[in-house]
Amino acid sequence: MTQHLSTQSASSLEFMPEKGKPVLQARGLVKRYGQVTALDGTDFELRSGEILAVIGDNGAGKSSLIKALSGATIPDSGEIMLDGAPVRFRSPIDARRKGIETVYQDLAVAPAMTIAENLFMGREILRPGILGLLKIIDKKAMLTEATRHMADLKIGIRSMTQAVETLSGGQRQGVAVARSAAFARHVVIMDEPTAALGVKEGNMVLDLIRRVRDSGLPVIIISHNMPHVFEIADRVHIQRLGKRATVINPKRLSMSDAVAVMTGAMKSEDLSADMLAP
Amino acid sequence: MSNPSALSNPKTKTWLQYLPSVTVLGPVIALVLASFYFATQTDRFLTPQNFSLILQQVMVVAVIAIGQTLVILTAGIDLSCGMIMALGGVVMTKFAEQFGFPPVLAILCGIGVTTAFGFLNGMLITRIKLPPFIVTLGTLNIAFALTQIYSAAQTVNISNPASPLLVFGGSLSIGGTVFNFGVITAIFLYIIVWFILSETAPGRHLYAVGNNPEAARLTGIPTQRVLLLVYTLAGTIYGVAAWLLVSRTGVGDPNAGQTDNLDSITAVVLGGTSLFGGRGVIFGTLLGALIVGVFRNGLTLTGVGSVYQVLITGILVILAVTADQLSKKK
Repeated sequence: MTQHLSTQSASSLEFMPEKGKPVLQARGLVKRYGQVTALDGTDFELRSGEILAVIGDNGAGKSSLIKALSGATIPDSGEIMLDGAPVRFRSPIDARRKGIETVYQDLAVAPAMTIAENLFMGREILRPGILGLLKIIDKKAMLTEATRHMADLKIGIRSMTQAVETLSGGQRQGVAVARSAAFARHVVIMDEPTAALGVKEGNMVLDLIRRVRDSGLPVIIISHNMPHVFEIADRVHIQRLGKRATVINPKRLSMSDAVAVMTGAMKSEDLSADMLAP
Repeated sequence: MSNPSALSNPKTKTWLQYLPSVTVLGPVIALVLASFYFATQTDRFLTPQNFSLILQQVMVVAVIAIGQTLVILTAGIDLSCGMIMALGGVVMTKFAEQFGFPPVLAILCGIGVTTAFGFLNGMLITRIKLPPFIVTLGTLNIAFALTQIYSAAQTVNISNPASPLLVFGGSLSIGGTVFNFGVITAIFLYIIVWFILSETAPGRHLYAVGNNPEAARLTGIPTQRVLLLVYTLAGTIYGVAAWLLVSRTGVGDPNAGQTDNLDSITAVVLGGTSLFGGRGVIFGTLLGALIVGVFRNGLTLTGVGSVYQVLITGILVILAVTADQLSKKK
């Protein structure tokens, strides 16, 4: 369970995967809650080296899709593939073990604990040898690793020993993102990463998300903030009525047209080929 | 980066954010002020003999309060601690005196019973998801009734003055101050638990579970197992407290520990541990137990009635909890 950040980050820096290879895919996902069909046979594809935004109206199945991909719900049918191999996630912890880290909207940090402790929560570095067998933690190593990792992501917090509750909203988001980026091997999923942040802090988090992508980890973001989505996403997955309506190229399609597709005012068949994502 | 300073500027602190340090410093200040006051009122207060007496008076509650601290750090509460201890004390003395068990085995049986009760608390809380307050209110009554039934409400005397049951009654004297073995053991337990809480992964998991159980679960910490372990370990600690109590009083007393639940919670809260979980230092609890001990002792020496001691304890608890609540609201 214990992993060292050094090996993680080093490998992700050396290993720049070829762009465009599918990393996480889903086919025909169905999820029903009683009478309500949240997912009606939806497809999904995340490629290496990209930031994929998932947008959709309320009730389009956006969060059910993300829950299925992060292991928070088990779909009734359909399949999920990680690096081309079928996988089944029984819980978020299961998905995490397979290298998919999720940054939850409520951040899932322990406010009274320090930044270093939050980064390593549940995955503490143990002392070598017999002390490690006694589950004695290596505070110094965790502090060093945390400092280095936060510096790599250019999150300018100096002291890793300050409690997370003393940080601003953007800084807390930074800690949550840094934790996921440190331990993810395949995918980072971010649920509304810029919600409840001011303009400056929102931009800072967008920069951070780009750095995570550039370090070699593909990122899925779910957001209601259209300007942010269009600023950061390489491709935009539009979810509508429990299905994937289309995947668009945010550099070719306007924000208002994307919203029109999202609400059904414009049919995805009416989009010209260059507006769609390659 | 669009604005580097957005990340690197620490937020300016308001006075409310200094309150956590108030909850740590407050007890120290209270202890020093109270000691100073009592020392000016009576010259019997500031003597080595009186100091070791205070330590012996508080040691049993101080040990129970270790278990209580672990539980409260997980945002739980344990009302059953004193009654579980009484049952453990009766079991170990009866097994040794009336069934002829070797005393060491009898002691282990007593600690086994208290551990089993802690495990029962933990199972009801983690498996059936009952609130800790209700579960331990129930086991409080069960343990009390079992103690009375099993002992027939009779105190169990210990015939052999050299019995291991009484080992903590011994002491060594350094420079006129008598260091009771029980007190030394209690302090040793504090050091062990401090080490576990601060230096080991399970200790940090306990704080995470108390601080944000959902976050702890999502990072893969087995939160239910942590809780079960905490209540079980608390039971074991109450067993050690039972042994200390038997050593101190020389009997197995079925009526022991009846106010120890509230006394231990008082010690924990005065020591700055938050009732909301996830915040607190174990040595604060030792300090809290000492504050209660010093107030009781000092007020007794200055001839203040015991009702006023209760009154002052109550006021101290309200102050400590208020500080906790205000620091949470910031």
